[in-house]
Amino acid sequence: MISFEMPEKIQGARVLMETVAENMMRPVSRQLDENEHEIPWDYIEFMHTSQKAMGASGMTPGDEKQRKEKEGGEKKKRPRTGFQTLAFTVEMLSWGDVGMWLCTPGGLLGAAAVNATGTPEQKERFLTRFQGDKPVFDAMALTEPHAGSAMPAEVRTIAVRDGDEWVLNGEKIFVTAGHKALVDTDGFVVVWATIDPEAGRAGVRPFVVEAGTPGAKVTKLEEKLGIRASDTASIVLQDCRIPFENILGPAEVIEKKKKDEEGFKGAMATFDATRPLVAASALGIARATLELLKEMLEERGVTIRYGLPRSRMTNIEREVVDMETWLRSTWLLTLKSMWLADERKGNTIEASACKVKAGDVVVKITQKALDLLGPLGYSREHLLEKWFRDAKINDLYEGTGQINRLIVARRILDYSRHELN
Amino acid sequence: MYSFEPNDEQKMLIDAVTRYAENDLRPSAREAEESGELPGNLIKKGWELGVLQASVPEEYGGFGEHSAVTGVLAAEAMAWGDLAGTLAVMAPSTYVMPILIGGTQEQKEKLIAPVIEAEWKPYVGAYIEPNYDFYPLEMRTKAVRKNGSYVINGEKTFVPFANAAPSLLVFADLEGTTQAFVVPADAEGLTVGEREKWLGVNALPTYSLKFDDLEVPAENRIGGDEGFDPAAIFASANTAIASMAIGVSQAALDYALPYAKEREVWGVPIAQKQSIAFMLAEMAIEIESNRLLVWEAAWKLDQGNDAAREAYLALNGTSDTAMMTTDRAVQILGGYGYIREYPVELWMRNGRGIAAFAGLAMV
Repeated sequence: MISFEMPEKIQGARVLMETVAENMMRPVSRQLDENEHEIPWDYIEFMHTSQKAMGASGMTPGDEKQRKEKEGGEKKKRPRTGFQTLAFTVEMLSWGDVGMWLCTPGGLLGAAAVNATGTPEQKERFLTRFQGDKPVFDAMALTEPHAGSAMPAEVRTIAVRDGDEWVLNGEKIFVTAGHKALVDTDGFVVVWATIDPEAGRAGVRPFVVEAGTPGAKVTKLEEKLGIRASDTASIVLQDCRIPFENILGPAEVIEKKKKDEEGFKGAMATFDATRPLVAASALGIARATLELLKEMLEERGVTIRYGLPRSRMTNIEREVVDMETWLRSTWLLTLKSMWLADERKGNTIEASACKVKAGDVVVKITQKALDLLGPLGYSREHLLEKWFRDAKINDLYEGTGQINRLIVARRILDYSRHELN
Repeated sequence: MYSFEPNDEQKMLIDAVTRYAENDLRPSAREAEESGELPGNLIKKGWELGVLQASVPEEYGGFGEHSAVTGVLAAEAMAWGDLAGTLAVMAPSTYVMPILIGGTQEQKEKLIAPVIEAEWKPYVGAYIEPNYDFYPLEMRTKAVRKNGSYVINGEKTFVPFANAAPSLLVFADLEGTTQAFVVPADAEGLTVGEREKWLGVNALPTYSLKFDDLEVPAENRIGGDEGFDPAAIFASANTAIASMAIGVSQAALDYALPYAKEREVWGVPIAQKQSIAFMLAEMAIEIESNRLLVWEAAWKLDQGNDAAREAYLALNGTSDTAMMTTDRAVQILGGYGYIREYPVELWMRNGRGIAAFAGLAMV
């Protein structure tokens, strides 16, 4: 039964996150933007404490226990809402400050990868640390200097087995929260490396490299256009030894026929969950922008008259109504992709589709808002110019808009990567 | 809870409507467009699917309950076959729905059953006016009170089957609010104009109307002396057309996609070129995201909430989607897209009209 009724649980989470966004994020948003590499520990500590209290964490809804209710002697299953709740949370925190949202402890992309591909033992060993006394970060190291979108197929980082250990060598760049995961906290980084360079992408596996592992070193922190509150690290792995059990997925290259699938499947499963969250994050920025734009217009006596035919509207009204249409339609698509994830249904098309449109929409909305407000939009007195800078990352990370278009196109056309590339 | 899945009954209705769209509407669409005439049994068959009847409660002659969500699901599936045919089949919705939503108990009992229980007859609404800036909440057709009756003056356009309508529902401004009045076909002061010619949907016979001091008794006002809130009707009209826009858009994608896989350039299907593949991907993305706007508007209507904003955004988004997808379908087919032997040029002409069609169906 089609329904757009927001469950109470989500309403509650949303109100809570709005308080956090308003009180802990917005007031320091500008300061963090102007002092890149400063770590927002107040926010981090607060989020860690409150997440622990709520038993929830970061980007991994985990195995939400199916609460069973006795009702007339019959067991009743409640639908899962973990991914949907997460989308609302991410949207709201990004509405607060997207760079700070990326500083939320307790499960980013690394945890999502462990969650999607790890054994129960690995989940236990790597994920329970998020419930400890101190905040912990995780990260995903996939991109290398020579290739981004072509990953993980073109991984050059090598993992060689040596007895009970893997020895990693290579360089990873653009690792979100890499410094916090390896240096500032007792976290881990999921590093993608090949166990057989001859095998192409079939040889690629994710490995968990924990903080403090000798040979894993953060060599650079990027200085960026936006999301400056979030650290973006380069990590060099030099004879970095990790336990054999830290490999996610099978340790052998599988026979030829199936080989394409195995290593790759992990990354893809991860992205089906994380791309809609990036979309949600993008839409948080877009909503913040649209709200402030309308507020500033209203202060100057311009209100939007909804319902009018286009011929009766002013240009500003048309622009705002279009922005609202894009924002709402993209949000609903994002929500649908998370609903599919909660229902354990395939969502690859929707996950990439909402990511494509959210990347477009947040860039367009922030650009147009600045355009409509002239010097007010361009001024650093307001956050609009910052959001314009923050927005663009959403069209880049977790697969550029182009790569995600390619994924949607292959799926709807029923083409392999050989047929359409 | 959020859910994006139609229920079993809705799925059955969608299946039945899809079969009709595929086997009946689509094959006759081109000839109907060229000749300006829909085959007689086509409308009858579509009517017998019971889309409108399913949205009317039993006490008024239907066999279901009012559901805008069911309405948009069915309308989209039907419009996938042919927009003009769909507007013909659904034309009585513009008469029945305002009465169901805004009528008095007595009006509902008296006026709906004769439409719903019988064979398809063109009981239709007269809603759209011939102005570039037509706005349904500020109609130029005026009704004024006079000695216990209402006198209507003004002009309408795009009234389907007006020459054959047993009775019309005329929308007019009454003291600053849009209201609706039942006008019998033989009313004095009613003039049905010439058949109109349009860029698209030419299989749908439409006419202009003129009202010169047309007088109707007070009881013909929908909602009685209190009248009704036109906002819900306005939202219903916007939502209905928005759902059909998605049907047209989906048809364009479903036609262009297999074509692109067959048509070759330098020995490879054009769909294997990113410039074409990305166009198709973007069409799919726009269709799905805007479809959800329609669903949300319909769901809000069903909740009895103010759905004006959602319905408006849905129409805004889907009219752009229809133009974008049909234009791209023509582009992907190239020269074949431009010739009338193929259907996509018709869909492009139909797609351009979406925003102007609001008022030709209701859910």
